[in-house]
Amino acid sequence: MTDELDDLKAAMTAATPAPDAAAKRENITLAQKNFASLQGSRIEPRQTIQTGPLGRILNGARTMLHSLTTRPALAASTALVAVGLIAILPNSGEFTNGFTPEPLLESPAQDDEVDAEIVGADAVVATTAPQVSNSAPLVEPTAVPESSGTAGVTISGSAETGIADRNFSESSDDIRRSPESGSARLDDLEIGSIVASKPSPQIATKSTPRARRLNSDIDVIYSESETDAFANAPTSPLKITTEDPVSTFSIDVDTAAYSVVRRWIMNGTLPPAEAVRIEEIINYFPYAYPTPEGPHPFEPTISVVPTPWNEGTNLVHIGIQGSMPAVEDRAPLNLVFLIDTSGSMQSADKLPLLKQSFRLMINQLRPDDEISIVTYAGSAGQVLEPTRAAERNAILSALDKLEAGGSTAGQAGLQQAYQVAESMADDGEVTRVILATDGDFNVGLSDPDALKTFIADKRDSGTYLSVLGFGRGNLDDATMQALAQNGNGQAAYIDTLSEAQKVLVDQLTGALFPIANDVKIQVEFNPAQIAEYRLIGYETRALNREDFANDRVDAGDIGAGHRVTAIYEVTAVGSDAIRNGPLRYSEASETATPTASNELGYFKLRYKRPGETQSILIETPIQPVQSTPGTDVRFSIAMAGFGELLRGGDALGAWDWADAIDFASGAKGQDVYGYRAEAITLMRLAESLDQ
Amino acid sequence: MGCVLPNVMRMTTSDEALALAAAGGDGQAFSALITRHYDRVFRLAFRLTGARADAEDLTQDICAALPSKIAAFRGDARFTTWLYRVTVNASHDRRRRRASYAKAAEGWGEVEIAARAEAVEKTDAIDWLTHAMRALPEDLADTLALILDDMTHADAGDVLGVSEGTISWRVSEAKKRLKEMKETVQ
Repeated sequence: MTDELDDLKAAMTAATPAPDAAAKRENITLAQKNFASLQGSRIEPRQTIQTGPLGRILNGARTMLHSLTTRPALAASTALVAVGLIAILPNSGEFTNGFTPEPLLESPAQDDEVDAEIVGADAVVATTAPQVSNSAPLVEPTAVPESSGTAGVTISGSAETGIADRNFSESSDDIRRSPESGSARLDDLEIGSIVASKPSPQIATKSTPRARRLNSDIDVIYSESETDAFANAPTSPLKITTEDPVSTFSIDVDTAAYSVVRRWIMNGTLPPAEAVRIEEIINYFPYAYPTPEGPHPFEPTISVVPTPWNEGTNLVHIGIQGSMPAVEDRAPLNLVFLIDTSGSMQSADKLPLLKQSFRLMINQLRPDDEISIVTYAGSAGQVLEPTRAAERNAILSALDKLEAGGSTAGQAGLQQAYQVAESMADDGEVTRVILATDGDFNVGLSDPDALKTFIADKRDSGTYLSVLGFGRGNLDDATMQALAQNGNGQAAYIDTLSEAQKVLVDQLTGALFPIANDVKIQVEFNPAQIAEYRLIGYETRALNREDFANDRVDAGDIGAGHRVTAIYEVTAVGSDAIRNGPLRYSEASETATPTASNELGYFKLRYKRPGETQSILIETPIQPVQSTPGTDVRFSIAMAGFGELLRGGDALGAWDWADAIDFASGAKGQDVYGYRAEAITLMRLAESLDQ
Repeated sequence: MGCVLPNVMRMTTSDEALALAAAGGDGQAFSALITRHYDRVFRLAFRLTGARADAEDLTQDICAALPSKIAAFRGDARFTTWLYRVTVNASHDRRRRRASYAKAAEGWGEVEIAARAEAVEKTDAIDWLTHAMRALPEDLADTLALILDDMTHADAGDVLGVSEGTISWRVSEAKKRLKEMKETVQ
């Protein structure tokens, strides 16, 4: 074999370093410690959990980047919860026997107090359980951990509430890799939960180091919160109504996933399943749901329609239409364009596209609106004094003069932009800073937390912040998202002029005028009617059941005229399509119907009016009336199918691309802007790419 | 508790005996075992990940989890085969998690993060070795990592849970691709 293999082997042997002696000592000590603590636990069952993602967060700049984004932190928190349920040590015989390789919903119901101390095991157990179980059938299904040298974490579940509390607390410092790591990790977690707009108040508290119960109720948490740690999961979890009748989530008007999917497909590759957030694909498109007439700024329209991909199920389609204040009546806008003109903005898809985009937008403004332009590159500077939109030429020529060069002083730029914005603000006007950048905030951003606090303060004093991302290369998504979320604005990604048209022209009003904050949805299904249900998408927006009524828990905002769609696939009691058979040992009381109501479920929505802290409740029963869906509903369903197909998995059965394209084509409706036609083109491309 | 072996025998006791003792709760057997095989695990971790830092992390992961896993060792397979299997699985998990983290970032950031990671790799001037390994599909790369560790095709098949024939096919496939890669470089 005098070939590549030998070369490779020689190179490999030469390249393979010797293990670091200190790390070796440490790791062996860790292993011995874990071994010893396991032996001590053999008398009673013990949960072993590893704090993988948390520990990983500490590692190096690249990982820090990830850790600052919303999802990993979320994933970390939820993964921990998840593991709390399933990592049962097999060391005691009675548990081993009943253990299956697919423990996701299998946590043995057991009411005894169980000591749930964690010994640096694995937080991503669930995804890997089956595989590892193959090789080591009786082993605890934890695969090997992401990292172990982190603090122990304890999870507690309380059976009484039906939903477990989540207490993450530090313990067993000695397992940690280094003293700093623990605190750094906690900090990250806190940042994460702020950014995530899905804070878990109990995260990172330093109380309750001991956990108590293993209870099947905890499944609820698991599946509710199952988000990114299992982003590979092809379908959202199917839930059994008798066990888990309540589904809670935050609305999401983001559409970025669609742009990202489009970008992948246009580049000739199917996007990775994890990149596909179905709700964002659905919500990308305008649907004409009935406009609100009552006292609330929006109106839910709920319809029950047959599932195109499964004869045995129905879709509960929830469309929420935000009111559109009469455009003529709107208050004058004060806009400060804060434009990144650093050297990295030079490429065609950045500053030039930005100029074109803003030119489009200016045409949409009204004469009384005022615009100012602040740039930042090296040093911040105001290049356009507040100018009425009527003086279009002055604005355009200032815009044209922008040149890219220098490095980025984001913080100074922001501060100056806010100063300008405040000087422009009059009573009753909406003031907003629009930050346009590729996200390179590397100069001047000494303290991200301070920056976020700064923005949040400004938001409370009435100046909002929106972020427009341009180009790619050094887009700092983490900072951008954090800024927009804290500024109560939207982050949008502009990759083409037509996207600019959509964001800055067609939907400008919605982007600039919020009508409701912290919008949460909770649906309770009636077990007498619905055997199983599945929320399509929204995996990353799941909330805990108790978060619904907790006004301190942040959720998504809705702008003027925005609409949000959520779709459940439900299986009626007695349907052939029920996937979970009856249990042999389930209690009889579970099957008895507590209510004889024929409602399918009960829909609740909470929102806050902008500037208020108390939420308002909208509620309505879901009636068992099957309706014939209009083109909007059908198209949104087609997009759900599109998303499911991109994610893979068996949720759609034999329903394939051709079916989806047919279904979407039949539901194009008016399609004034051509968005739907574009989506169908993408679907055709995806079909070819999927061959 | 399993039988506790006398200390003096540690150095000569077979892996399997030590592993079974460790599975029975013998801490000393476990220590001896992990000390004996640490370097081997590290080496394979390096070959699977292609980067020292990753290899260190992966090894640490394995060390942390091994105590709970060893309890399930029943002696059906050779210990090294079992240990390799644990290592390969651990690296799969890492890979998968890393992929989902990279891609799970909000919206438009995800492409960027991946792109940035790529850029970092390039500036790190990864040599052709790592490059070649990373260019291979995962199953081929895993197979190579084992084969390059002087493992027989049969053993590699055991570790990866595929037949010996599959391993041989993968090796020749990997060779083919490496050759192509080389030709395109030249």
